[in-house]
Amino acid sequence: MNNTDIVKQSLKKRYFKERLFKTMGMLSIVTAILFLLLLLTDIFTKAWPAFIQTRVELTVDLNEADLGIDAQSDEQAIMSADFRKPIRAALLNTFPEVTKRKQKRELYSLTSMGAEFQLRDMVIENPQLIGTQQTIQFMADDDVDAVIKGTIDRLLPESDRRVKNDKLGWIETLEASGQITTGFNWHFFAAGDSREPEMAGIKGAILGSLYTLLVTLALSFPVAVAAAIYLEEFAPKNRFIDFIEININNLAAVPSIVFGLLGLAVFINFFSMPRSAPIVGGIVLSLMTLPTIIIASRSAIKAVPPSLREAALGLGASKMQSVFHHVLPAALPGILTGTIIGMAQALGETAPLLMIGMVAFIVDIPQSVTDPSTVLPIQVFLWADSPERGFLEKTSAAIMVLLFFLIAMNAIAIYLRKKFEKKW
Amino acid sequence: MNEAVLNGLNEPTMKVQSNRETEDSLNIEYTDTVGQPLCDDPKISTRNVDVFYADNQAIHDVSLDIGAHQVIALIGPSGCGKSTYLRTLNRMNDTIDICRVKGQILLDGHDIYQKKQDPVLLRARVGMVFQKPNPFPKSIYDNVAYGPRIHGLTRNKAELDDLVEDSLIKAGLFQEVKDRLHAPGTGLSGGQQQRLCIARTIAVQPEVILMDEPASALDPIATAKIEELINELKENFTIVIVTHSMQQAARVSQRTAYFHMGRLIEVGETDQIFTNPSHELTEKYITGRFG
Repeated sequence: MNNTDIVKQSLKKRYFKERLFKTMGMLSIVTAILFLLLLLTDIFTKAWPAFIQTRVELTVDLNEADLGIDAQSDEQAIMSADFRKPIRAALLNTFPEVTKRKQKRELYSLTSMGAEFQLRDMVIENPQLIGTQQTIQFMADDDVDAVIKGTIDRLLPESDRRVKNDKLGWIETLEASGQITTGFNWHFFAAGDSREPEMAGIKGAILGSLYTLLVTLALSFPVAVAAAIYLEEFAPKNRFIDFIEININNLAAVPSIVFGLLGLAVFINFFSMPRSAPIVGGIVLSLMTLPTIIIASRSAIKAVPPSLREAALGLGASKMQSVFHHVLPAALPGILTGTIIGMAQALGETAPLLMIGMVAFIVDIPQSVTDPSTVLPIQVFLWADSPERGFLEKTSAAIMVLLFFLIAMNAIAIYLRKKFEKKW
Repeated sequence: MNEAVLNGLNEPTMKVQSNRETEDSLNIEYTDTVGQPLCDDPKISTRNVDVFYADNQAIHDVSLDIGAHQVIALIGPSGCGKSTYLRTLNRMNDTIDICRVKGQILLDGHDIYQKKQDPVLLRARVGMVFQKPNPFPKSIYDNVAYGPRIHGLTRNKAELDDLVEDSLIKAGLFQEVKDRLHAPGTGLSGGQQQRLCIARTIAVQPEVILMDEPASALDPIATAKIEELINELKENFTIVIVTHSMQQAARVSQRTAYFHMGRLIEVGETDQIFTNPSHELTEKYITGRFG
């Protein structure tokens, strides 16, 4: 047996190993994609009803006597007028056979609690509507919504069905007369949280997240990049710096809820900063994000070829000039990627924000970083915790919005990386 | 002395210190280096230089003069300390934490390792070209303009344009790149990149240029161009070149210094070193018996 034969024999084994490895790699990728698809399909199928709003079309009589206001009334008076009356009258008009008190109450619940505010806002916008008759599409109650979207099965026996026969009959009558319509749910993106599923929107949480992330970015990015530059380029190599390095790495591994406790004890209790506010949330999250950005920035700076520094120093650039003119621009793609990964982490973070009160039920849309607000992941948590059926779809919809922002941020990271990347 | 460099960095002009000690040190006998390590009109003179990396001594007691407006080649086998020695001349070794330099290095009679000496100012006077072409990832124009800009050597755009053009002409690159001054410098060929680095160095108008194996990463044609360039540059600059190629040393230099194991073995006129070396080690090296 000569060498060629020995090599030939071993070749078979080697190729088999290579094939085996390739197959395993493919399998793991396929599994990962399958799970991802499963997750996305599940969320998407559950979420799509939330983006569709069911509306009930009613002709309301806005007469001055019922409302107690006229076209000349000021906003204050319009605000306090009773807009429930015309809607109820319109419903009774459509179903004159309803007379009993209990039945009436059922009938009134065809439209959402928000319908009267919808009408009020329209009148405030245009006081000339007072004294006229208007055909308006009112927001439907979540039960009506559920029946129309099929989440409540009409064929179930009455005892097992949340919407009883009377109400179902009315809904079907309205459906038959074309008074029930559906359309894109703009309200979901324009409103804050609510106890009523059909009225609940995500705008408050989106803005809350935005403000929180702005504070986080404004605090953590400059501090982290400065720290990374100092540690990598200027710091003397001694035990104290080693100690700091170890602690930065440790900080990255601290459970996030601990940062929440710190925020509660230091910022809220000691410095008396506002509770539930994005400013505190942002500070807490920037503590959490700092080590991530520092570590990413340091490795990006370390990866800059030393020849670039030497070139600058050899021309008589000072240390500072060589760092800021050459090293930093070259490290920027890595620094930005690290920053956005840190931000994406902060966007999805829930635990520390629970501790500083961002878990409160907040209807108002925050106007600044000091207003009480909540954030997207906590909105998901809050809705997932609500018993009403309508919140199920809202939960999935909120997850979709959260995922959308995460994907958008990652896309930005990739774009920036490509844009600033220079080859040498 | 380049006044603009001084003004740009707000550096006080260097004081002339007492030369007594310097004069004394010039008269020391160096028994371990053969040939003529000293010369009459030195631009840089080094005396008893030791360089340590932590506890490792890389350079032992090197005393060598570098004459003005001439090219001196430093040759020797790998790891002999010639690059380390070169980097002591503009204090590039300062960037290495564990590196210590002992002895005296005088540029125009002033100790460059004294506390008052600003390394930034020194490097504006003693420029450096590296082994691997390392243009900045910027345009050709910006590469050359970088040094003048940071030092504030020019007063306006027109002056800067002239300086850039002039430096590129001196580096023999202008004809090749004049139509694409704003194209990235990293897009040039290796030889062009190295000439760009030379242009970048001479744009600062240094007095001395240190070259650390400037042609070792280039093909023979690019190498020939660099060598030609070195010959032209010696009119205006003092050049110290480290090279692995003895032919190159023979072609470009007037004096040659042979290093071995961190010691300076022999210094002499290039012709003499290559035709009639005095030291056994030098002879063995140039005849290719090791290295």
